[in-house]
Amino acid sequence: MSSATLEQPPAAEAAIQSFTVTFLIRRFDPDVDTEPRWQDFDVEMYATDRVLDALHKIKWEQDGSLTFRRSCAHGICGSDAMRINGRNRLACKTLIKDLDISKPIYVEAIKGLPLEKDLIVDMEPFFASYREVQPFLIANSTPEAGKERVQSIAKREIFDDTTKCILCAACTSSCPVFWTDGQYFGPAAIVNAHRFIFDDRDDAASVRLDILNDKEGVWRCRTTFNCTDACPRGIEVTKAIAEVKQAIMRGKP
Amino acid sequence: MSVIEAPRSQARPARKRGVNLEKWGWIYMRASGVVLLVLIFGHLFVNLLVGEGVKAIDFGFVGGKWADPFWQWWDVLMLWLALIHGANGMRTIVNDYTNPGTTQKLLKGSLLVAAVVLIVLGTLVVFTFDPCPAGSPADLLPSFCPAV
Repeated sequence: MSSATLEQPPAAEAAIQSFTVTFLIRRFDPDVDTEPRWQDFDVEMYATDRVLDALHKIKWEQDGSLTFRRSCAHGICGSDAMRINGRNRLACKTLIKDLDISKPIYVEAIKGLPLEKDLIVDMEPFFASYREVQPFLIANSTPEAGKERVQSIAKREIFDDTTKCILCAACTSSCPVFWTDGQYFGPAAIVNAHRFIFDDRDDAASVRLDILNDKEGVWRCRTTFNCTDACPRGIEVTKAIAEVKQAIMRGKP
Repeated sequence: MSVIEAPRSQARPARKRGVNLEKWGWIYMRASGVVLLVLIFGHLFVNLLVGEGVKAIDFGFVGGKWADPFWQWWDVLMLWLALIHGANGMRTIVNDYTNPGTTQKLLKGSLLVAAVVLIVLGTLVVFTFDPCPAGSPADLLPSFCPAV
């Protein structure tokens, strides 16, 4: 028997197994409800589906009034941060196979920001503290005509981690200090300040360090690591905050 | 007509100049923590392990320790550092779990009072402790006091 012949063709591929997954979603319709309420939905899902697919199925096939934000659906735009089984995650990056589907999956809006409808919160306080740290390049020097500012690979490496932020608010809304005290800058603002403080092309590090050396600044951080756990981009948020604390004590980055 | 704010205007008033208590509180927690490690474990070692160990602790043992300025200062330092460290820790917990308002002020106020009272009392006791106060009836004095 020649070895080159095809063995038995694989038996007709077994249909990919699907599961019925129960989702408990915290609904809130400001026109009708005074308090948020939990509503359950049964959705047919594959292990490779994401929580966002489940939300789509619910919205498209079961209840069109379900409201949530999503844009790119691929973990880049940062629109669909939500609390999934008590942890802040991007719905578009959370696979069904990584969740325990023997129990219902709880989905609710992120905490600490004003709830507007279903899974949508008012992000304005979050972006207000982001704006406060002046997250843009402030340079006193002008590069040579026709050239860009040169930066060595090593200097770029210092703040590489914090350039990855997509402003989804998963970290800030996982922070217990932020939950009780909305005045706290929150991890995301500090991460984005870190990105410019440690950038050697930027000349306003001292301004930002001064802003974060506030009563409501980095010193409120309790290093609970909730933010590092929540970050969908894997940024070491708590480490970045600690580096900003060190920089404030040194008085320079 | 409303005026659009300049894009780089500060959203919250700039921090007042001068010492930043939150920063110094944060530094204090770390510095006192390291010193307290030495002080507390030294205290436990000397009291519980050295010599006869825990059986040696009685009124006379404490009286003997507080007759020595070294142990007086050791204990007073431990008292101050630990109480301020603990009270500041409780303050941050109050900050984390209550919203600004009367309750928060009340809780922080009681923390301050408790810490101050304990520090003042403790310091007074350590430095003025006399196991054999003059003029006390002999039956109330410990056996090692010289007979008057």
